[in-house]
Amino acid sequence: MLRATLKSLLARKLRLILSGLAVVLGVMFVSGALVLTDTLNRTFDSIFADAYAATDVAVTAKPALEISELEGEEVPAPLPAATIDKIKTVSGVRDATGRIDLDGARVIAADGKVLTSFGPPRMGVNWTGVDDIMEMRAGRGPESDDEIAMNAATAALSGWQVGDRVPVLTREPKKMFTLVGVWAYTGGRDSLGGVQEVAFTTPVAQALMLGEANAFTSVVVRADDGVTPAQVRDDLTTALGADYQVRTGEELAADSAAGLQEGVGFFNQILLGFAGVALFVGIFLILNTFSIIVAQRTRELALLRAMGASRNQVIGSVMVEAVIVGAVAAVLGLAAGIGAGAGLGYLFSTMGGSSLTLAPVGVPLSAVISAFVVGIVITVIAAVLPALRASRIAPIAAMQEVATPDRPLTKLTVAGSLVTTIGATALGLGLFSDTGDTTIWLIIGGALVTFIGIALLTPLISRPVVSLLGRLFSWSLPGRLGRLNSGRNPRRTAITAAALMVGIALVTGVTVVMDSAKSSLKAEVARVLKAQIMISGDQAGPRPPTYDPAVIDEAATVPGVRAAAGVYHDMVQIDGEQRYVNATGDLATLAQAYGTTAPTLTEDQLAVSAENAAAWGWQDGRTVTVQASRGEPHTYTVAHLYPEGALPGSIILPAGAIKDFAITQPTIGYIRLDDGVSVSAVLPQIKALVADSPEVTAVDQQTFVDDQAAGFDQIIMMIQILLGLAILIAVLGVVNTLALSVLERTRELGLLRAVGLNRSQTMRMITVEAVVISVFGALLGVTVGAGMGSAVTRALENDGITELVLPWPRMATYLALAALVGVVAAILPALRAARLNVLGAISHD
Amino acid sequence: MTATKTGGPVAARAEEIWKVYGSGEAQVTALRGVSAEFGRGRFTAIMGPSGSGKSTLMHCLAGLDTVDRGTVHVGGTEISNLGDKALTRLRRDRIGFVFQQFNLLPTLSAAENIRLPLDIAGRKPDPQWWETVITTVGLSDRLAHRPSQLSGGQQQRVACARALIGRPDVIFADEPTGNLDSRSGAEVLSFLRSSVREHGQTIVMVTHDPVAASYADRVVFLADGAIVDELADPTAETVLDTMKRLDTQTDPVML
Repeated sequence: MLRATLKSLLARKLRLILSGLAVVLGVMFVSGALVLTDTLNRTFDSIFADAYAATDVAVTAKPALEISELEGEEVPAPLPAATIDKIKTVSGVRDATGRIDLDGARVIAADGKVLTSFGPPRMGVNWTGVDDIMEMRAGRGPESDDEIAMNAATAALSGWQVGDRVPVLTREPKKMFTLVGVWAYTGGRDSLGGVQEVAFTTPVAQALMLGEANAFTSVVVRADDGVTPAQVRDDLTTALGADYQVRTGEELAADSAAGLQEGVGFFNQILLGFAGVALFVGIFLILNTFSIIVAQRTRELALLRAMGASRNQVIGSVMVEAVIVGAVAAVLGLAAGIGAGAGLGYLFSTMGGSSLTLAPVGVPLSAVISAFVVGIVITVIAAVLPALRASRIAPIAAMQEVATPDRPLTKLTVAGSLVTTIGATALGLGLFSDTGDTTIWLIIGGALVTFIGIALLTPLISRPVVSLLGRLFSWSLPGRLGRLNSGRNPRRTAITAAALMVGIALVTGVTVVMDSAKSSLKAEVARVLKAQIMISGDQAGPRPPTYDPAVIDEAATVPGVRAAAGVYHDMVQIDGEQRYVNATGDLATLAQAYGTTAPTLTEDQLAVSAENAAAWGWQDGRTVTVQASRGEPHTYTVAHLYPEGALPGSIILPAGAIKDFAITQPTIGYIRLDDGVSVSAVLPQIKALVADSPEVTAVDQQTFVDDQAAGFDQIIMMIQILLGLAILIAVLGVVNTLALSVLERTRELGLLRAVGLNRSQTMRMITVEAVVISVFGALLGVTVGAGMGSAVTRALENDGITELVLPWPRMATYLALAALVGVVAAILPALRAARLNVLGAISHD
Repeated sequence: MTATKTGGPVAARAEEIWKVYGSGEAQVTALRGVSAEFGRGRFTAIMGPSGSGKSTLMHCLAGLDTVDRGTVHVGGTEISNLGDKALTRLRRDRIGFVFQQFNLLPTLSAAENIRLPLDIAGRKPDPQWWETVITTVGLSDRLAHRPSQLSGGQQQRVACARALIGRPDVIFADEPTGNLDSRSGAEVLSFLRSSVREHGQTIVMVTHDPVAASYADRVVFLADGAIVDELADPTAETVLDTMKRLDTQTDPVML
C-alpha cells in the first residue's frame, strides 16, 4: 500500500509542489520569525554584556514610574551626589563613578536635519574618561562646558568632524558646542547596538539632560580585587536601603537586554500574523489539490478497494501523501525561513542608518520543531476531507466508466449557511457586546469561521456570478469557451476563488476601518479645531518631536495672533492607573487658541473630558493623585469638565506639572488668529520662529489634519504587504487549478486545435478562465471585506469612528489587480495548452 | 508498387512519404515511401491491420502529423512544409474531422458544437447549407441538447455535421463507427456516403471493419507502412477476402 502511495505521489509531484508552496510560505514566516528573534536576542545579549563589561555593580535610584519598554523609556530618578560618597565608604568598593545617561540628546546634523533613530536611544552622557571598552578615534573628551564628544556612529551619521560647531537639542532648546573628540568601541565598532551618544562635561550633562545639579542617573561601582560583584551588591543594598536598585553588571545587562527583547516581540507578532494568513489560505489550496487528486485517482483507488484494501487503508494512503508533502514543505519552508530571518535581521541592524553588529544567525530548535509541526499538521488537516471522500469510493467504480456525477450542492449550502451564521454571530458578539478578554478571540475566530462558511457557500454563488462575469468576455469564441470552462466545476472554481477572497477581504476590511477612522478624525478635527496654525512634527522613533517653549511666547506677540498655546505630553500614573495626559501653560489660553472657553487652572487643579470623567467616576471636585515620570506625587482637584474633543487629549494638567514630565518641552502648539487676519500673512513669521527647533514646523490647518491622518495610511500600506502575500498564494492556487483543467481537458484541447483553434486563441481561452475565477474571488473578497469592515466601523461608532467610508477606488484597484493575477496565473497553463501535441491530445484518455 | 492513383481531380495526395518514430532499437518505421491520391468527391477507405500505418497516413494527410520525407498536398497546397499557424488555418478552413471518440465539447450544445469550426474562424454558416446538413443528420430536434444528453450515434452524427458544415476540401474520419453499435454505425456511414454522393464531399476514412469499408467507393490496403492492395466499388465480402489474402502473405504484394 505504501509503495503504491509513493508511486502515485511521485507521479503528481509538480502539482503537490505547487500547493505545497503555500505551506512553504507559512512555515517560512513562522521559522523566519523564530530565527530573527533568536538572532536579535543574542545580539542584544552580547551588546549589553559588552556595555556593562566594565561595570561590577551599578546603583540606580528607583524610578518614580515603572514603565515597560513597549510604552516608553523609564526615567530614572536623580541620584544625589552625596550617595556616591556613601557608596565609597562601603567595604569592597574600590571606586564609584557618577554617570548620567539619558535619552534625548538630539544632534542636528550638518544638513540641518535632526538625527533620528528608529529604536536605539539618542543618549546624552557625562564624560567620565575612556574606559576598558572604549577607544578614541579622534581628539579628546570634553573639558569645558561648550565642548562635546560623540561616538563614531553619531559622527558618521551627522557628518560633523572634530573642530566643528555642533547644534544639539536637549531639555533645553538648541545649544551650540564644539566637537572635540570622537570615540568608538573595542573591536572597531562605531557604537553599541546603534545607540547615538553625545558626551558633555558632567555639570552640563546634569543641567541639559537631567535638569538637576549635583545628581546622577546611576553610579558605576568597581569592586576591590578578590571581592565578587554579588558580594558588593549585597553590601550596597544593605547600606543604601530600599530606595535604590543595586545590580551587578551581569544582571544589568540581562535586564536591559530583556527590555529590548520585549520590543522585538512585536516584530515577531507581525511575522506570525503573516504566517497565519499564508497557512489559512494554504489550507484551501491543499484541500483543493487533494480533492482533485482523489477524483482523478478514482479508478485506481477503486481498484485497490476491489483488491481488498480497507477504507482505512485508503484514508491512510491519502494521509501518507499529506504527511510527505507537509514534511517536504516544512524542510523547504525552514530553509527559506532561515534565509528570511537572516535577511530581516540584516535590515533591522541597518534600519535608520544605525549599525548594529548582528550575532551570527542561528537556528533555534524551536524553529525546527515548529516548522515541522506547522507544515505537517496544516497539510494533514487540509487532506482530511479528501481522504474521507476517497474512502467512500465504491470498488465497483473500478469496473465502470464513472462520470463524476455533479453532486447537488444542498448539503454544502446548508453547512455553509450554518457555519457563516456561527461565524457572524461570534463576530457580532465580539464587536457589539462587552465580552471582556475574549473579545479579540471572538472577533478573530468569528472572522475565520465566517470565511470558511462563505467558502462553503461559494459553489452556490459561483454559478450565477461566474456566468455573469464571463459574459464580459463572451464577445469572442475563446472567451466564451473560457467562460463556460470556468463554470464547469463549481466546487473547484469556488475553492480557488475562496483562497483569493480571504486575502482581499482582510485587506478591504482593514482599509474600510482605516479610511473611516481617517475621515472621522479629519471631520472631528475640522469641527472642533479653530486654531489656524499648528506647530507639530513627524514622530520617528519612540521620542515625540519637541520645540523651544519660548516660541509660544514669541508667537503670542506676533501681530494678528489672538492666542498661542503649547501642549506638553506624558504618560503618568493616576490613582494607580497609567494614563496619557497633556499639560499647558494656561488652560484659558489653550481653550482660546483651540476655539472654546475654559478657566485658568491653579497649580492644584486639572481638567478632564466629561466622557472620561463619567467613565472613571471623576465627578467635579474629586481629588486624584498623579505620579509623573519623575518627582513626587501631586494631588489635583477635578476643576473643569469639557466635551470630548473640545480640548486636546482627555486629561489636562496645569503648568506646574510640566517639570516632572519625561520630556519638558512642548510637543505641539496651537495658534489662533484674530478675525480677518489671513493665515498666509502670519504663517511665515511662525515658521521663522521655529527655525531653531528643526524637529517641528508650523503648518496650516489643512496640512495639520492631513499629517494627523497620515498614520492611517501607513497602516493601510502595511496591510497591503499582507495583500501581496495573500495574492501570491492565490496565484499559486489559480495556476494549480488551471494546470489541472488543462490536463483534464487534454482531449478537448486536442479537438479544438484539430478543428482550427490556433495557439493564441487557445491561450486566450485559458486566460479568460483564469481571469473569471480570480475576479470572482476578488469580488467575493471585496464584498465580504466591506461587510466586515463596516461592521467593525459601526461597532466603533462610540469610540469616535462616526463616519463609514467605503474605499471605492481601492476596491476597484483590488478587482483590477485580481484580473491581472488571473492573467499572470494563466501564463504557464496557457502555454502548456498551446503547445499540446494535437495528435497526442486527441487520443489522450 | 507502393503508389496508387485515381483518374480525375485530386483532393489530397501523398508522394513518397516516410514516417519514422523513435530512434535506435525502439525505432519504428510507420510509413515507408507511401504514395497515394484521393479523388475529389470520392469516399475512400484506408484499411489494414493494427500497426500497418493507416492512422499515421491519415494524420499526415490531415496535417496533424509531419512527414519525415516526401510531400503531402491538400487541394493543391503542399502542406508538408507548413508551420503550425498555417496548418491550423488549413485544418480550420479546408479539412474536417470525425474521430472515434466523438470528441465533442461537453460545455457546448449540439448546435454550438456543429458551428465550432466556423465560430473559430469567425464565419457565419450559410443558412441553406446549415438546413441541409441538419436535416440530413436528422438532428433538428436535438440542437439545444448537450452532448451528455445525446446517444453515441447522435453524438457521432453531431461530429459528422461539424465536419461537413464548413464544406472542407477533405473530411478525415478515424474509425468513426469504432465506438458505435452496428445500427448507429450504419446510420453514420450512410450519412457519410450520401454526403459524397449528393453533395460531392470528399471523405477519407480509416477503418478496420470490412462492413464500414464497403460503404466507400474505393478501399486502399496498408500493411507494414506500405500500400499493398486496393479495391474499387468494394463489398464487405471482397474486402474480407482481400484482407484474408493479405494476412497470409509475409511480404507486401506488388501490384
